[in-house]
Amino acid sequence: MKRSPISRRNFLTLAGGTTAAAALAACGSSGPGTSEGGGSASGAATYWSLSGPPGEEIRKAAVERFNKANPDSKITPTFFQNDAYKQKIKTSIGAAQGPTMIWGWGGGGLKSYVDANQVEDLTDWFSQNAAVKDKIFPSSFGAATVNGKIYAMPIETVQPIVLFYNKKVFEKVGVQPPKTWNDIMALVPQFNSKGIAPFSLGGQSRWTNMMWLEFLLDRQAGSAVFDNVFAGKAGAWSDPAVLDMLTKVQTLVKENGFIKGFSSITADSNADQALLYTGKAAMMLHGSWSYGIQASEGGDFVKSGGLGYMNFPTIEGGKGDPSNTVGNPGQYLSISSKATPEAKETAKKFFSTTLVDDAEVEGWIKSGGVPIIKGSDAKLGASPDAEFLKFVYDTSANAKVFAQSWDQALSPTAAETLLENIAKLFQLQITPQQWVDSMNGVIGK
Amino acid sequence: MTTLAPPVARVRKSASSSGGRSGSVTWMALPALLMFIAFGVVPLVGVLALSFTTWDGIGTIKPSGLTSWKATLSDPGLPHALWVTFLIMALSWAVQTPLSILIGVFLAARKRYRGFLAVLYFIPLLLSSAAISITYKALLDPNFGLGAGLGIPLLTQDWLGRGNLALGVVIFVVSWQFIPFHSLIYQGAVRQIPTSMYEAAQIDGAGRFRSFISITLPQLKYTIITSSTLMVVGSLTFFDLIYVLTAGGPGDATRVLALDMYITGFQASLMGPASAIAVILVLVGLALALVLRRIGGGSNSQSQLEGA
Repeated sequence: MKRSPISRRNFLTLAGGTTAAAALAACGSSGPGTSEGGGSASGAATYWSLSGPPGEEIRKAAVERFNKANPDSKITPTFFQNDAYKQKIKTSIGAAQGPTMIWGWGGGGLKSYVDANQVEDLTDWFSQNAAVKDKIFPSSFGAATVNGKIYAMPIETVQPIVLFYNKKVFEKVGVQPPKTWNDIMALVPQFNSKGIAPFSLGGQSRWTNMMWLEFLLDRQAGSAVFDNVFAGKAGAWSDPAVLDMLTKVQTLVKENGFIKGFSSITADSNADQALLYTGKAAMMLHGSWSYGIQASEGGDFVKSGGLGYMNFPTIEGGKGDPSNTVGNPGQYLSISSKATPEAKETAKKFFSTTLVDDAEVEGWIKSGGVPIIKGSDAKLGASPDAEFLKFVYDTSANAKVFAQSWDQALSPTAAETLLENIAKLFQLQITPQQWVDSMNGVIGK
Repeated sequence: MTTLAPPVARVRKSASSSGGRSGSVTWMALPALLMFIAFGVVPLVGVLALSFTTWDGIGTIKPSGLTSWKATLSDPGLPHALWVTFLIMALSWAVQTPLSILIGVFLAARKRYRGFLAVLYFIPLLLSSAAISITYKALLDPNFGLGAGLGIPLLTQDWLGRGNLALGVVIFVVSWQFIPFHSLIYQGAVRQIPTSMYEAAQIDGAGRFRSFISITLPQLKYTIITSSTLMVVGSLTFFDLIYVLTAGGPGDATRVLALDMYITGFQASLMGPASAIAVILVLVGLALALVLRRIGGGSNSQSQLEGA
């Protein structure tokens, strides 16, 4: 879900070959190098994932733990920038140069691998290893399942989208956090008159805008509308609730609800989050991972209790359940069907041991995340961020529906059209009706 | 598609060298020809073939006739992308050419401090497009950028957040990056103009401005065409810069053809239509190069120094 807009076209140096990869791994560098496709003999496996804090350190630590315990079957990890990774992994898999273990977001992207027979069916493995399956949040398996079969192991953390707000700014202006949509619209002119932007938004990243649509539609009409889209029903976007949601978004844009210049701000430079903790903006809708970023970059903003958070407000007369949330129900690790049997065994061993061990759980908690491991809430209390982690755990566990982000749930083709139209919608370049028409055109694609 | 410009240049070279020479040196073109076939022609044929298929980049490639072409040609995004491409091409040419000529003429004079300045002017060319884009993006940020930092309201525009402004910024950054290169070409060309022509003009009583108009510019004719060809065909491949700076946005205001191709192919996983766009891009590039060659009279080998 988190993506970088920065192009890194030449990540994979053509020269080098395996020696370069080995050398890079030996120096413990995070720099990507070449790696042989699908792992080689004697159970050595490759693992591609995302770079950047806090995840990279934890992933690296997991691989090191595994390699220490299994000196015969080493895993070689390679880390990539978010956006670069999305394209890199697709091209590599298409060219049969992919890694043994494929890190991903599940949903539509995973489905395209499944359709191309590129990933291993793990259904049987999970029924044989019920102990592993039982450790993981059941709701996380939704996005790992295609046509009733499990093709990925949910790993790492649950990441619901949260409405963050700057308590200090609210105090300064003398207003209360919103409970409903009308509250939000009433707050907009109050903040604007004080020269503070009501909402920060990294609009160039586009999925940031999408979170607004996801919540507004859910609060307005529940999860049924998008379920129909997901199921590929013709004309599913034509629901009146969609038009209503799109009109609400454009009203908020027209009333200067979002910070000036939002469409040139990217989320991956963390500029949108900087706007919140520097007090230039009062509120921000963002993934729960933003907490860790604000804690590490915002000075004592988080430590001094400046950061407030809540689930998205309700809409007056809306039919959606206010406990519903959207976001990433987990991250996902698949095994390449093109890997050698030995490499596949190594990967499965990695799944059943290291990825569900205590060190893994503790690592993610320490980074400000809630692991997808059941009962990890008992361990949250020890963390300095216990209050926030408890909030995320409860939001995820109590949500009647924890919907996957639309761009991850849909196929890459439909997701690109979605993001493109959302950007135009926020730019007031198209009307809500035009939006509905173009989105109906890619249903089921 | 960055392979576009070199083939054009190479065709020109081989055409002029084969004329009037014996066959014994033809083999010298062989290495270049092999490289061109391996990295230019073969991928081009591959792309042409792909444009008649349906492929998501991962699964099997299925032939599907004209489906991809129909989808591409009926997409309202295509004329828009073409329009943006030509707009950026025309405007960046109109900005770069006069400035490059002036700087080139200025630097051509053999004075020591100008040599020093030439080195300074050259710096932008040494930076990668991605680095330039990231820097400009940071400088132009409406909340944390140069304008906000210095408190200058004129600079705190929503530079990359409004369609026309973003287009202007792209043209500015492109010009900033490439003017040094074209200045260098002009500098070299101006130095080749015989000084006797200027001396004759001086005797006839022509001032500096008059000699610039009547001698320098006409003598630079072929250089202008060369430099324009590079600019125009090169502008078709502006991808990295725009991708990092605006990602084609806001909305689709700066979504040029090359970017459209990339997004269609690698983000939307529609390799068929993306290949169709690539073919269109090649055709546009070839057509432009041919037109510019026609304008040049196709007689580059003939002397530019008539009357000298």
